Amino acid sequence: MKRAVFRNRWLPYLLVLPQVVVTLVFFFWPAFGSLRLSLYRSSPFGDRLIFAGLDNFTRLLGSADYLQSVVNSFVFAFAVTFGGLAVSLGLAVLANQKIRGLALYRTALLWPYGIAPAVAGIIWLFVFHPAYGVLPFVLSLVTSVRFNWLLEGWVAMLLIVTAAVWKQLGYNIAFFLAGLQAIPGSVLEAAQVDGADPVRRFWRVVFPLLSPVTFFLFVLNVVFAFFETFGLVHAVTQGGPGRATEILVYKAYNDGFVNQQLGTSAAQSVILMVVVTGLTMLQFRYAEKRVTY
Amino acid sequence: MAQATRVLISLLVVGLLAALPATAAAKTEVLWWHGNTGAVGDRIAEIAKKFNDSQADYEVKPIYKGSYPETLAALIAAYRSKTQPHMALIFEVGTQTMLASGAIVPVFQLMKEQGVSIEGADFIAPVKSYYSKDGQLYSMPFASSTAILYYNKDAFRKAGLDPNKAPATFDEIEAASKKIIAAKASECAFSHAWPSWTMVEQMHAWHDQPFADQDNGFKGFATQLRVNGEFGVKVWDTLARWQKAGLYTYGGRTNKAEPMFTNGQCAIHVTSSAFMGAVTRDAKFEWGSGRLPRLAGYGQGNSIIGGTTLWIMKGHKPAEYKAIAQFLKFLGDDEQQAWWHEVTGYLPISQSAVKKLEATGWFKKNPNYFTAFDQISSGKTTANSQGLRLGPYQGVRDALEAELEEVLAGKKTAKQGLDDAVKKSNELLKEFAALYK
Repeated sequence: MKRAVFRNRWLPYLLVLPQVVVTLVFFFWPAFGSLRLSLYRSSPFGDRLIFAGLDNFTRLLGSADYLQSVVNSFVFAFAVTFGGLAVSLGLAVLANQKIRGLALYRTALLWPYGIAPAVAGIIWLFVFHPAYGVLPFVLSLVTSVRFNWLLEGWVAMLLIVTAAVWKQLGYNIAFFLAGLQAIPGSVLEAAQVDGADPVRRFWRVVFPLLSPVTFFLFVLNVVFAFFETFGLVHAVTQGGPGRATEILVYKAYNDGFVNQQLGTSAAQSVILMVVVTGLTMLQFRYAEKRVTY
Repeated sequence: MAQATRVLISLLVVGLLAALPATAAAKTEVLWWHGNTGAVGDRIAEIAKKFNDSQADYEVKPIYKGSYPETLAALIAAYRSKTQPHMALIFEVGTQTMLASGAIVPVFQLMKEQGVSIEGADFIAPVKSYYSKDGQLYSMPFASSTAILYYNKDAFRKAGLDPNKAPATFDEIEAASKKIIAAKASECAFSHAWPSWTMVEQMHAWHDQPFADQDNGFKGFATQLRVNGEFGVKVWDTLARWQKAGLYTYGGRTNKAEPMFTNGQCAIHVTSSAFMGAVTRDAKFEWGSGRLPRLAGYGQGNSIIGGTTLWIMKGHKPAEYKAIAQFLKFLGDDEQQAWWHEVTGYLPISQSAVKKLEATGWFKKNPNYFTAFDQISSGKTTANSQGLRLGPYQGVRDALEAELEEVLAGKKTAKQGLDDAVKKSNELLKEFAALYK
C-alpha cells in the first residue's frame, strides 16, 4: 500500500468515520448494553436493578429449557442447511439442463426468496393448520388420518423446516446455477471421453468444482437458520408445542419481551453473539482454506 | 461539489422544518396505546373519535402497538427511554407488573387531584377487586371479559341433544361429546382457547380453589403456585382422557383455537365472552352460550376477569392529566359503557350501565349477551376468585401451556406436567419477589 494516495494525514480517518460511527452506535453500543444487562437482574420497568454477577449465565446453562432450545436450534439449523442445500442443488442441476421453457422454470424457482420469513411461515400454516389448513382438509376427505401438529413436536419442527427450506430455495438455486454454469464444458467433455457416466461425472467433477459455492451457501444457511428465522417461528408455532420449536433466538425474545426477564434474555443474546463471532471466524479462517477453488 | 452542497443544505432545511413542533395545534394531545386489531380495534378508534367530537379542547389519539404482550413490552421500552404515551391499555396479565412498576399514576389519585368523578364508578365487584389495591382503583376498567361456554345448536340437534340446554358440567360435556362424535354431528366435540386462562386459571377460581399463595398474590408477592393439587390434576386428567377418546381437540395457545368453533368444526367451545361479537358475525349456524362447566364436589367461587384496563403513565404535563381525567370520565359514562358492551360483547362493568341496558330490554333481546354477566354476578367472590396478581404472570402462563401440550401429547401425566409447571413458575415468582424485597 502506498500512503501517498492521501496527501492529508486525517482524510483517510475522516472517510472511514461514518462507517465507524455506524458500527459503534448500532453494534457496539447495544452489544455493550446487553453485556452489562446480562450481569444484572432487573425489574421490567427498570426501577429495580440488582447485580447478579454471572448468575444469569450459570442458571441458563443449568436450565433444561435452555439446553432444549440449544438442541432445537442445532436440529433446526442442520435440517434447514442440509435439506435446503440438497434440494436446491438437485433443482439447480435440473434447471441447468437444456430444456424448453427454461427461463420460466428458473424464474419460478427463484420466486420464494422474495418472500419474508414470516410470510413464508403463514403460507405453510395455511397448508398445515388443523383448523383451517388445506392438507388436513384434503386428508380428511380421502383418509381417516388426522394429525395435530399443535401437539406433535416433530410435525411442528418439520413444518418450520419445510417453510425455511422453501424460503431459502431461490437464493441457493441462484448461486448453485451460477456455479454450475461457471464449470467449463471442456472439463465435462474430457470426463465423458474418459468414460465417466453422468453420476460419476457429477460426484467426481461437478461437485468438487462447486465446493466454494457450497461452502459459501453452507455458512449462509447456518446463519439464516440460527438468526433470521425468528419471524417464521413467531408466526407459526411460537416455540410450541411444549418447547419443541423454541430455538435460541426465539427463547431470547420470549424471555425478554414476553416474560420480562431482561437479565436472562441479555445473557442469552451474549451467548448468541459469541456463536455468531465463532461462525464468522470459522468462515474466514479455517474452512475457506480447505475448499478447492 | 457545489451541487452536492446545495442538496445537502436543502435536506437540512427539510429536516429542520419537519422537526419543528406543530405550534399551531391548540388542542391538548393525549396518546393512547392499545393492542387490539379487528372489530375491537375499530371500536377503540370510534370511542376516541366520539370523545374528540364531544369537546373542543382535547384530542385522544389511539395507536395500535401489537399484541397484548407486545404492547406491554413496547410500553416498558418506551418508559425506559422516557418516551412513554399518556395512557395504555394493558391486559390483565400485566396488572402486577404495572402495580409494582412505580411508573403509573393510580386512577383514584388522578381523579381526586383533578376533582373529576366517574358516573359509572359503581363497578361490579369482580372488576373492581381485580384492579384495586387497598380498596382504591389503580387502573380504569375498560374491556373486561370472562370465560364462558359456547355451543353449536345445529350440531346438538343433529346429535339428538336438547339445543336449548347448554352442558353445565364436565360430565354433561362428556356425554354430549360422545353423542356428537357418534352422530358425526361435527368433526370435533370439545375445544377451548387460551389454554391456561380457561382450563387452569378460570377453573381454579370458578371452583374456589387457590391458584397461588398470598391469596393469589393479592396480599403480597406470591411465590408458590398451587395448581398441582388434586383439583388441577383432575381437570387435566379429564382433558387428556377426552383427547384420547377423540372427544376433545387442542387448538393452540392464545385465541388460535377460536375459528374451530365459528367454522363449525368443534361443537362446544370455552373461551372469552368477548368472542361473542365474532361469533355473531361469522357463525353460519344457530348457537347458544352457557356458564363455565362445573366439576361435581367442589366449592363455588367465581369466574375471573380477563381483557384490558387503562393505565395512566407518569411523566406528563399537568394540562395533559386534566385531559386524561376528562377522557376517563367520558369512558365511565353509562351511555358509553352500555354502547361499548353492545358493540363488543365485553362485560358491562358498572351497576348503573347494567341498569341502563336492562331498561332498554337489551338482555331480553340478546340473551347470549347476558350469559357472562349473569355468571360473574351469580358467583361468589372469595380469596380464590377475586383475580390473579402475579409479577411474571406471562411466564407462568407459558410454563402451564407448554406443560399442558406435553401432557396432551402423552409425554407426561397430568400430575407430572403440573408439578413441572409449578416448579418452573415458582422460580419465576421468587425471582420477581426478590427484586422488590
